[in-house]
Amino acid sequence: MSPSFLNWAGAARTWPSGGLARVGAWLSATLCVVLVGATPAIAQTPDDTFLATVGELREASFSDKEAIATRIAASGHTSAAAVLTAMLEDRLYFRDSDQHVFIITSADADPFALVEPVSLADAGTAAQDGLTKIGTNNRLRRVVRTTVARFTLASPDPAVRLKAVQEMMRSLDEQTLDLVRERAAIETDAAVKNEIVLGLAMAALTSGDQPAKLAAIERLSTQVTSDVRNRLATFLEQNPDGSFVEPDAAVRSAARSAVSDIDRIRAIYSGVETLFFGLSLGSVLVLIAIGLAITFGVMGVINMAHGELMMLGAYTVYVVQLLMPNAIGLSVIVAIPLAFIVAGLAGVLLERTVIRFLYGRPLETLLATYGVSLVLQQTVRSIFSANNRAVETPAWLSGTWQVNQAFAITNNRLYIVLFTMMVFVALQAVLKRTRLGLDIRAVAQNRSMASAMGIRTEWVDAMTFGLGSGIAGMAGVALSQLTNVGPNLGQSYIIDSFMVVVFGGVGNLWGTLIGGMSMGVVNKLLEPYAGAVLAKIAVLVALILFIQRKPRGLFPQGGRSAEGH
Amino acid sequence: MKDRYGLIFLVVLALTGIGAPLLNQAVPEGSALYLSPYAMTLIGKYMCYAMLALAVDLVWGFCGILSLGHAAFFALGGYAMGMYLMRQIGGRGVYGNALLPDFMVFLNWEQLPWFWYGFNRFWFAAAMVVVVPALLAAVFGWLAFRSRVTGVYLSIITQALSYALMLAFFRNDMGFGGNNGFTDFKDLLGFDLQATRTRAVLLALTALALALSYIACRALVASRAGRVVRAIRDGESRTRFLGYRVETYKLWLFIISSVIAGIAGSLYVPQVGIINPSEFAPINSIEVVIWVAVGGRGTLYGAAAGAILVNYAKTILTGALPEVWLYALGALFVLVTLFLPTGVIGLLPDRSEAS
Repeated sequence: MSPSFLNWAGAARTWPSGGLARVGAWLSATLCVVLVGATPAIAQTPDDTFLATVGELREASFSDKEAIATRIAASGHTSAAAVLTAMLEDRLYFRDSDQHVFIITSADADPFALVEPVSLADAGTAAQDGLTKIGTNNRLRRVVRTTVARFTLASPDPAVRLKAVQEMMRSLDEQTLDLVRERAAIETDAAVKNEIVLGLAMAALTSGDQPAKLAAIERLSTQVTSDVRNRLATFLEQNPDGSFVEPDAAVRSAARSAVSDIDRIRAIYSGVETLFFGLSLGSVLVLIAIGLAITFGVMGVINMAHGELMMLGAYTVYVVQLLMPNAIGLSVIVAIPLAFIVAGLAGVLLERTVIRFLYGRPLETLLATYGVSLVLQQTVRSIFSANNRAVETPAWLSGTWQVNQAFAITNNRLYIVLFTMMVFVALQAVLKRTRLGLDIRAVAQNRSMASAMGIRTEWVDAMTFGLGSGIAGMAGVALSQLTNVGPNLGQSYIIDSFMVVVFGGVGNLWGTLIGGMSMGVVNKLLEPYAGAVLAKIAVLVALILFIQRKPRGLFPQGGRSAEGH
Repeated sequence: MKDRYGLIFLVVLALTGIGAPLLNQAVPEGSALYLSPYAMTLIGKYMCYAMLALAVDLVWGFCGILSLGHAAFFALGGYAMGMYLMRQIGGRGVYGNALLPDFMVFLNWEQLPWFWYGFNRFWFAAAMVVVVPALLAAVFGWLAFRSRVTGVYLSIITQALSYALMLAFFRNDMGFGGNNGFTDFKDLLGFDLQATRTRAVLLALTALALALSYIACRALVASRAGRVVRAIRDGESRTRFLGYRVETYKLWLFIISSVIAGIAGSLYVPQVGIINPSEFAPINSIEVVIWVAVGGRGTLYGAAAGAILVNYAKTILTGALPEVWLYALGALFVLVTLFLPTGVIGLLPDRSEAS
């Protein structure tokens, strides 16, 4: 704990003793019978004192509440911050029946979920009618906010301190400035210190003299937040009569160059962000297409049920979450191999019962597998209903990695990129390093020769199709975190996945990877200018035109098999 | 008897085209022979679908071009007719704006977009019904056939084309009514579209259009050019080596097919009374292919019969057992491709003309 906090708390602790006596008198005199009845008649332990002080808030006037709030803060009780924060956010209530004070977790919930103010333990629920809010007004809130800020500024956790400083910077006045300056002198954490320096610089822009302003502008010119940029831009504004708001030309020119510096940095970051969005969209495209790159690219089978195999993967996540509702974080991990197995088995079944009779007849395969996709959709509709199912997102997937104020990466996008890379590497390893991969490549290159060498081509066909389908299932797990899980999930992705494979070049996994990634990036580059739908249409039309020019895709397959169509 | 089933098809068509309107108009309501307006609309709808199936069979059955985007031509024809019908509403819309259709008033548009000009005249709209699908087919086909995009690649990009059009038409900014499309039509050439007499005439006209399309297609495939087209289907490279301009044959066939689809769409819209972007959905195009496959590809009358059969089954099943319809359709896809490569027509005895 920092010295200043101790000083301050110590100093504060000395004066409310008179208040304590008053509390005792008040306690015995008022209607707080239950409270007193529950504890020994005279308040002794710190908890009792604290609860009593909090209890005073019920009937006090706004100005009295200020004093009480200060005392609550001064008590040094571990729950003081929670109580004051609750008061600030209008979440401090007392129960009409026994006058007991509670913190409620949310003012929107009905009934309220109660929290015991001393222990911060869960205290059940109560109907809204039976509770009365401990009211605040603007003046009181300002005082309490400062008090809470003081608290949090002294917190041992740097993250809490950082948040407190950011909060205070939003509404700077002399009082908070002093508080922050005081803190700056003793702050040890670099991030918090940086934030304080920034805040002070922002304050200096308003109140400082010319050298202070210039120094502040210099310091702020490396910042990227829009707050700083907009504040600096106000120096360049003109009054209606044409004169500048800021009379000092030196300050104006410093501000101008600072704004352009900031804009340049922000432009770079937004470029990086667009690139990252594009790569994450591209990863999704690669993921949905890579299973198809096996079944279509390697085997030449047009599997229109590919999207529905992804749908099966997504529903696998749903079922796994139903089975393990208490371990949502783990459920997605568990679902990945399961989805591979479910979709893979469905794929093997499809190959054995339908597709193997149609080898060499691509158009018929297309129609038959389309029929299968309709049956799968209706099956899912019959089992899980036609409505979308709610798949929960684990906490570890839902956060954001804030690189800086201008650039943030959401975890789910990051994990999608990583997952796609893992799937791609694993698939390459299977094809290049295992016996099955060798067989698959042999059959794809020359079926009759492979057969003559003793490879069971029928078995390899089934396994290849199962592999591609299983990967579709794993893609479905990823999609369950990005989009609605419903019977139409597959249909909305099937055209995209075919376009990626055809664009990249049939029979070439690297082509699929590069094709999908570049489609994603181009789509995201176009979006700011054209909007999401037009960007997608533009990409589709560009692909249609591209296929006219290079009918075999970006990386055409060489050799004899390319002539087969 | 070279084309006995084709003749039977035409006779049945003539009987329907004359009989159905008569049973509705001349027979008093309540009589056992009376045909309800609902049934008449259904028959008209089926015949439009049959025309679309004819168009698909022309390119797929005779030239091996599996188009998964023919519903787009159908929808474009429908939209052209819909634009005419929208402008006929005039001041009778909800907002009473004589010039702008309701959805434009709703979007606060001030004036008519340029591509809506001329659609207040029937002859212009009728020309667009033919020109717009033909133009799209010409541009797309020229690009695709010239660079020798064939087989499944062609199927996939036709599907992508249809999908892109669907996304585009769903946008309000396109000026085609967004996802609501066009509806609430009032009259066609001054005839009230709600009147059963107008509907009876429309049905007769649809039957006539179907018959004419059939005869035209029949003549086309029986001609010398038709034989080249079939040669392309059976051996594209060989035909090319024999000195034929394969691209030109394919392109013209594709354009003719798209025009038939567009006309079918334009007859469909006034009868069902609505057109919206879901008509572009890829599944619609694929469904057309299955009609053709069920009926029997490469026979023309088979495709028409397949369209009517499958759609009749759809009407019955979606009414009685909506859950079962997709199972049935899916199973139909699989079973027909596996066990019935010549379609139900292949089951008929004594088919002299196997093409």
